[in-house]
Amino acid sequence: MKFKLTFWRVVFIVIMGLGLYSAFIRFFYGLGAVSNMSDQFPWGLWIGFDLLCGVMLAAGGFCIVGAVYLFNVERLHSVVRPAVLTAFLGYVLFIVGLLFDLGRPWYIWHQLVYMNPRSVMFEVGICVMSYTTVLFFEFLPNVLERFNLQTPIKWIKKIYPVLIILGILLSTLHQSSLGSLYLIMPSKLHPFWYTPALPFLFFGSAIAVGLAMTIFESTQSAKAFGRHLELPVLVELGGALLVALWVNALLRFEDYFHRGLLGQIIKPSYEAYFLWLELALAFVIPITMLSFKKIRLSPNGLYLASIFSLLGFITNRLNVSLTGFETYVGHHYVPKWTEFSVTLMIIAAGFALFGLAVKHLPIYPQEEHAVEQRPQTQTRPVVATAVLGHAGD
Amino acid sequence: MSKALLYDATMCIGCKQCEGACAQQNKLPYDDKVAAESVQSEHKFTVVLTKDDKFMRRLCMHCEHPACASVCPVGALHKTKEGPVVYDVWKCIGCRYCMTACAFAQPKYEWHSLNPRVRKCIMCPDRIADGKPTACAEICPTGATKFGERDDLIREAQDRIRQNPSTYLPRIYGLNEVGGTSVFILSSMKVEEYGYPASAKIGDTPMPEYTGRVMERIPDFIPVWTLVLGGIYWVSHRRDEVAAAEAQEKEKNGSAR
Repeated sequence: MKFKLTFWRVVFIVIMGLGLYSAFIRFFYGLGAVSNMSDQFPWGLWIGFDLLCGVMLAAGGFCIVGAVYLFNVERLHSVVRPAVLTAFLGYVLFIVGLLFDLGRPWYIWHQLVYMNPRSVMFEVGICVMSYTTVLFFEFLPNVLERFNLQTPIKWIKKIYPVLIILGILLSTLHQSSLGSLYLIMPSKLHPFWYTPALPFLFFGSAIAVGLAMTIFESTQSAKAFGRHLELPVLVELGGALLVALWVNALLRFEDYFHRGLLGQIIKPSYEAYFLWLELALAFVIPITMLSFKKIRLSPNGLYLASIFSLLGFITNRLNVSLTGFETYVGHHYVPKWTEFSVTLMIIAAGFALFGLAVKHLPIYPQEEHAVEQRPQTQTRPVVATAVLGHAGD
Repeated sequence: MSKALLYDATMCIGCKQCEGACAQQNKLPYDDKVAAESVQSEHKFTVVLTKDDKFMRRLCMHCEHPACASVCPVGALHKTKEGPVVYDVWKCIGCRYCMTACAFAQPKYEWHSLNPRVRKCIMCPDRIADGKPTACAEICPTGATKFGERDDLIREAQDRIRQNPSTYLPRIYGLNEVGGTSVFILSSMKVEEYGYPASAKIGDTPMPEYTGRVMERIPDFIPVWTLVLGGIYWVSHRRDEVAAAEAQEKEKNGSAR
């Protein structure tokens, strides 16, 4: 195959080049040289985005697996494989991102040896390691099918109920625990974001984002791979997303109401602006959009609504991890360009791997839909690069 | 018995000898340039601050229930029974949760090292083991920093306030804050003016309780949630089995007739 230099390939190469340069700075000159983190801001973009948002964006895996295998909602079967693929890639890449952020990443295995069960970070670490293993086995049948290895597929099918229940258990634990991480900082984190309800809010937002992410990636793949869009599935997910957004919005309202903050959040302040942005993107816009039947039934409407809510919940987690500390610290934290470029490199790698997997593994063709879709996807060699570009979005 | 430090700001003359002794004890560089730095850092564990001709020392508070130790995923920080909160660098993975969790913002980081360590005052555990006071307390010419038994120092601080109520603010900072510390501060000016977190803000609750309340539920949550998930799985799949069996039955009956 001849290598063609398309626009998105150039973007991809530039992102990778800058990312590798930043990686070089990180591992040869240290965290201080590569980032704007400091004693005042010990956690920066890599924790705020790569960890908190990365794990949230990979939540589609357990949401869809839960819906299809636990609640037996057969209608969503066609999105299970892409959701599991996204989750698996998401967690693997998140662990790669963690290796950049940890000061002594070569000791990451200490987590398994010197355990401190009182630590939320320990719990998150153990759950993420275990869940990535579970996802590996949930993903493995794709590879085994590709090489037509029937015996191991049978073994995995036998333990599938265990994998599903274990996966959802581990997800419940660490998705909520990411919020618990911040429970120990009541005097530092701004009251708009510090609440004893943090673990519940993080779990709730993970479910909403899991649904939104599945809509987003289905539409995105349909565009990039020329797949036929399964509208009924998207409409179903859109309805579920609307419910999840309402539940999240009510949780947030209840929380502010019980802590008597409703008066404060409507008063203009630095934090309030960021809060408004978050609430508008995560709730007001997508809930309004999805309330119109016409939008809820249109692929573009669903796509846009899911993007808004994704951006909203990303803003929320960045507010919890970065904005919420600025008043306490007394100055702003703006990530260095090298921090951004490492994050971008990881996202770009995610898109590339997703493209490669879709191209070479039976991710989209299902048992029942196999005939209509398969030939089309396999004859499209440029697909991978088409998606890559969206890494820069 | 647990040891502690009592720092009486009204007795401090701002000579900064504690800074120098601390640097020497911890093998850190100390010269006029470092002495002029008014912030704590990875090479300055304690600092003497000046405001309106009055002095204030900052150092790790060595909490009775340290947040840093409770959050460390690998247990690299722990409180010894003698009082100091110490750090085992060989365990540390560099996640910096201790830094974000500490209400007093004491742990500092070697940001420019390729094998970075968390740095903070560790209350000279080797000296304490030898029965000696901490380096800062030993060198203090006025006795502003005093080393001793925690209970004795609390009593002494209370006596000083009682005997000179006009000199001191009527509180011992560190006695109740975040559930009590092993460093007590007496002063005529509010410690908040020197960057210490306000007592009202950090409260009297031991920091580990905030996360502990959630963490202690996990051992119960796991079996209950597993049963719930297993139950849902069983019910939703049972429905299919029953439907399939009924369909089969119908077919049989139909063909029999």
